[in-house]
Amino acid sequence: MQQTANIHEHTAADDLALTVRNLSVDYHLRSHILHAVRDVSFDLVKGRTLALVGESGSGKSVTARALLRIIDAPAQVTSGEITLFGPDAPLRVDEMGENSREVRAIRGKRIGLIFQEPMSSLSPVRTIGAQIVESLRLHRKMTVAEAKAETVNLLRQVEIAQPEQMADRYTFEFSGGMRQRAMIAMALACDPEVLIADEPTTALDVTTQAEIMDLIARLQHQRGMAMMLITHDLGLVAEMADDVAVMRFGRIVEQGPTDAIFHDPQTAYTRRLIDATMRLETGHNRPPPPMDGPPLLSAKEVSKYFGEATWRGKKKWGITAVDGVSLDLWPGENLGIVGESGSGKTTLGKMLLRIVEPSTGKVIWRPGAGNGDAAERDVTAMPKEALKGYRRAVRLVFQDPFASLNPRMTVKQVVGDPLIVAGLASGSALEDRVAELLDMVGLPRDAMERYPHAFSGGQRQRIGIARALALDPEIIIADEATSALDVSIRAQILDLLLDLQKRLNLSFVFIAHDISVVRYFCDRVAVMHRGKIVETGTAEQIITDPQHDYTQSLISAVPNPDPRNKRMASRIRFAS
Amino acid sequence: MFGYVLKRIVLMIPTMIGISFIAFFIIQLPPGDYLTSVIASMSDSGQDMHPDEVRRIRALYGLDEPMIVQYFKWITGILLRGDFGYSFEWGRPVSELIWDRMGATLAVSMASLLFVWIVSLPIGVYSAVRRHSIGDHVFTLFGFLGLAIPNFILALTLMYVGYKYMGQSVGGLYSPEFVGAPASLAKFWDLLKHLWIPVVVIGTSGTASLIRILRANLTDELSKPYVITARAKGLPEHQVIMRYPLRIALNPFVSAIGWVLPQLISGVTITAIVLNLPTAGPLLLRALVAQDMYLAGSFILLMGILTLIGMLISDLLLAALDPRIRFT
Amino acid sequence: MTLVSHYDDLAEETGPAISPLKPGDDPDKIAVASQWQLIRARFFANKVAVVAGIIVLLFYFVGLFAEFLAPTIPSKAQPRFTYAPPQSLAFFVEDAEGNRRFQLHVKGYAMSVDPESLRRSFTIDPDKIVPVGFFVKGEPYKMWGVFEMERRLLGAINKRDPMNLLGTDSLGRDLLSRVIYGTRVSMSIGLIGVASSLIIGTVLGALSGFYGGWVDLSVQRLIEIISAMPTIPLWLGLAAAIPITWSPLKVYFVITLIVSLLAWTGLAREVRGRFFALKGEDFVTAATLDGSSQRRVIFRHILPSLTSHILAVVTLAIPTMIVAETALSFLGIGLKAPVVSWGVLLQDAQNIRTVATAPWLLIWPCLAVVVSVLSFNFLGDGLRDAADPYGH
Repeated sequence: MQQTANIHEHTAADDLALTVRNLSVDYHLRSHILHAVRDVSFDLVKGRTLALVGESGSGKSVTARALLRIIDAPAQVTSGEITLFGPDAPLRVDEMGENSREVRAIRGKRIGLIFQEPMSSLSPVRTIGAQIVESLRLHRKMTVAEAKAETVNLLRQVEIAQPEQMADRYTFEFSGGMRQRAMIAMALACDPEVLIADEPTTALDVTTQAEIMDLIARLQHQRGMAMMLITHDLGLVAEMADDVAVMRFGRIVEQGPTDAIFHDPQTAYTRRLIDATMRLETGHNRPPPPMDGPPLLSAKEVSKYFGEATWRGKKKWGITAVDGVSLDLWPGENLGIVGESGSGKTTLGKMLLRIVEPSTGKVIWRPGAGNGDAAERDVTAMPKEALKGYRRAVRLVFQDPFASLNPRMTVKQVVGDPLIVAGLASGSALEDRVAELLDMVGLPRDAMERYPHAFSGGQRQRIGIARALALDPEIIIADEATSALDVSIRAQILDLLLDLQKRLNLSFVFIAHDISVVRYFCDRVAVMHRGKIVETGTAEQIITDPQHDYTQSLISAVPNPDPRNKRMASRIRFAS
Repeated sequence: MFGYVLKRIVLMIPTMIGISFIAFFIIQLPPGDYLTSVIASMSDSGQDMHPDEVRRIRALYGLDEPMIVQYFKWITGILLRGDFGYSFEWGRPVSELIWDRMGATLAVSMASLLFVWIVSLPIGVYSAVRRHSIGDHVFTLFGFLGLAIPNFILALTLMYVGYKYMGQSVGGLYSPEFVGAPASLAKFWDLLKHLWIPVVVIGTSGTASLIRILRANLTDELSKPYVITARAKGLPEHQVIMRYPLRIALNPFVSAIGWVLPQLISGVTITAIVLNLPTAGPLLLRALVAQDMYLAGSFILLMGILTLIGMLISDLLLAALDPRIRFT
Repeated sequence: MTLVSHYDDLAEETGPAISPLKPGDDPDKIAVASQWQLIRARFFANKVAVVAGIIVLLFYFVGLFAEFLAPTIPSKAQPRFTYAPPQSLAFFVEDAEGNRRFQLHVKGYAMSVDPESLRRSFTIDPDKIVPVGFFVKGEPYKMWGVFEMERRLLGAINKRDPMNLLGTDSLGRDLLSRVIYGTRVSMSIGLIGVASSLIIGTVLGALSGFYGGWVDLSVQRLIEIISAMPTIPLWLGLAAAIPITWSPLKVYFVITLIVSLLAWTGLAREVRGRFFALKGEDFVTAATLDGSSQRRVIFRHILPSLTSHILAVVTLAIPTMIVAETALSFLGIGLKAPVVSWGVLLQDAQNIRTVATAPWLLIWPCLAVVVSVLSFNFLGDGLRDAADPYGH
């Protein structure tokens, strides 16, 4: 128990809100037992925020749920003490019966919980108001009328406009940010002493994230709540947390004040994690390629409208996903396309490959641009066969490393498929080529006979890259290629891509929502907002000196992973 | 909402036309027509019909005209005058014969639907909430049996059991003394006494499948994040289940009107033949065998329309229940 | 100052902490297995489904070797033994001195005549012993209509002795033989019916799924119309159209066709749904970008992902077909004598009085239908659960 003593050092005992000692949770799965949480101890202190940081599968969410005793069936708490302090005698949550009256009196009343996915965390068939009223009636014993009035009041506190009307709306009528606000209102309805926020902004765009985090911080401050913030985002931790606990494979490997964790990490893992995050905060030191010759690939006034057929069979244009976008990619260049969800960046990427046909505009390809040859090919007008040739030269790396590999094919079949289709290799030549490709992306030769399900997310993304490289492409379009990966793996994959670019003379169109990734990887960046490119410039210029209002608000909303230099608080708001 | 209702009704029209056409096509399938079978049976008994007489009847019913013309005559008659044609075998207009029978079909189907709902709701919820408990396994086994045993076999078995152990004849909807008697409380009670066997027979498979669906849906919904939210609010477990996942898992109960109804009407048809109930089934079978085309066609048409209306009602109810459908 | 947990010495773990459920299990074993290996492993873990599968195979085995397995030919009437009750097999006989001796046998019948109605009825006579043997010569028959044979699996050693393990019907025909021959017809109708509806369903479903647009729209309409019709009236209508003069074989195929004509909608809907889902998958897009032609995308990438699901759906569709045939034949508008199917057998059980005197006429064909349908359902369920080894 030497650890327990350590934790208490910096807090006066009467400020404690909740303590956890030696908590362990096991999952009894079909094939094995997973020790999801092992011997975890920490304190939550009134008015302070503890960030529980870790990569996926580190057991952070399970820990949070264990505090409320709401973990799912195959999991069980095997040991540990959970003590809730309050005005009365301390309560031992771990000793209470499953779903007992005592536990229920704590849930929602004394510990509030905010989840990652506000859409699925609220019932779609009941109004927002009804779901909040329920909480109030349950814990604060209000009448229906009182509860309704209080609900409107709460919605107003979380800055939802027209709270009277909005209380009667359903979740799908709300935007993502509004939903999360409603969720916060619900979690705070009964004035809890402890607030647990489980990845509260992961599903949201950065600008919305900044607003929501502002709101949470302000409410926490007003009410003096103890908060546990669960996140994988070190930037958010630096901006928000007072203390940090780093989790890995179910254990807390290191905990302490935020500043110390960021500037003086003690364990190798924390150091790696912070290094990987910090590295993405710098640009790569590569001279930008010359932009004097003809561009390799150009989009000219490309637009995409998604229509909806009316009941009379006429098409009416519903959404303009991409609105007259023009851009150029020069040989050897990494062009980033940045935007929030719904900005049209993915549709733009798909139109470059004609997976989605542009409604108007042209895509021009100059296969000889590297040698100064400006001969143009109009991709938008290409017949099937020519398109095949184009798609050999321009390859796509997908976002989801799980969905993009056919689970029924071995790695050899996946990587070799384009070679077989193109008739380029077969038999042992094919095998050699696949081995060579796997080697290029840092996978061993014996990975060939395995199936995708045997690999982790990062390894799968490497397989996807190997497939993209199989046909010796000139251009790779990477659509959020690293956003599904944990931060340490993300940096590895980006380094791999940079290395491959140097060796194979590639050009990249890099589509991402994550500014830091783009800064690290790209030479030039185009910022998209509502289907339009609002600003184009070098990566450094966009990040350090954005010109357009939207870009400024976007950049300033990105959390900075340095607790000594918080950025979000002084951000610029963009009104449109 | 009004637009939604209108859209559903408009979309139903082509399906209705398709059904009426299929119904008419089927009864046209057998080689020859009613007249040929009459002539055949008459010549069997040594009589001959005068060719002029044959020609007269043919012209009267348009039997010589192409199918599509006959179809239009039939369908316009129904739409404009409510005239479903003439039953050759019974020598009466079809519309005189069908309504009682269709009414009985509808009544037995509705009773079975109620039975299906009442039985499957508690069992489905129990099975989902207490997954892999002994009770769940027992119900699952019964569910499988209910799905596996065809209606008519169940009817036969119940009939045999009733005859053997209760000495009771279980056919029909009324005891002989009440057939044709004016409506009374005693008659109604007698009806209930007879009704339970067909209702159980017809409802069993529907109950079994609805239990399975409810169990599966509720199990899915139980693992959704909003259930955890509800728990994290501190709601007691039964309220968590009733107010959140069950609300959504109930959708199949409403849509059941749409897909259980055809099943039930099917079930009524064959069960009625076995149990000799005065519904459409036995009359349809007889009409088909005798090639009494307008009668058979009208039954098939009306049964199809009935299921379509069931689907419409279930769609509308679903929209009323689930705001997600209403708003999209 | 940061606080380092006392696990720091272990901090360089490479994966989540797991322990086997039992000592000696290797949780990593499945990591290199192919799709079909995973499916097989998952299927065989489901004991109920495996047992059901064995029963289904047994049924088909019985159907395949019906001639040899049946004690006699199904149409052989024994006017001397009408409505004779089932006999049970016994193994030992006692001779006069009370010694027990192994002799497979059944007990013979005793006849009594009701003095008023002059109806004969049979009871088992425990004193009459009918010796029974394996591979005895019985009625000559043609195996699969080709090979002339006489020996059968089981029969009375003396050809003239009665052996009716499941009793006889109104003409004194052996019910066991009839049920065994019926197995061939009923089970094969399920198989052929499902094959033809699979072809219709897959082709239309895949077309509608892949091309979308108006093709999809019209196929959808057709499916909607057909599935809005209550099946039994529709079956009745179609089956009633079969002329009485047609040969039994022709009727057999037409009935199969009718049964499958209505079952394909479910299959088509399933295939279409999966097709749409798969078409949107990244790996299918990847295949298109790799240069695969549309045909290659379908056959190399989409169909292999569908097959396990199709297999499960098909297995679940077979029992519907069996029930449909049984119902139609039972109502007298499906298969007709001299063809023997379970439904044809059940026709004899339509009359409640007949059933009261000879309940076996109801029990055994019903049991055959219920057991086979149940087994198919359990098997199909097991297959469906195993079909997607990557789902969670």
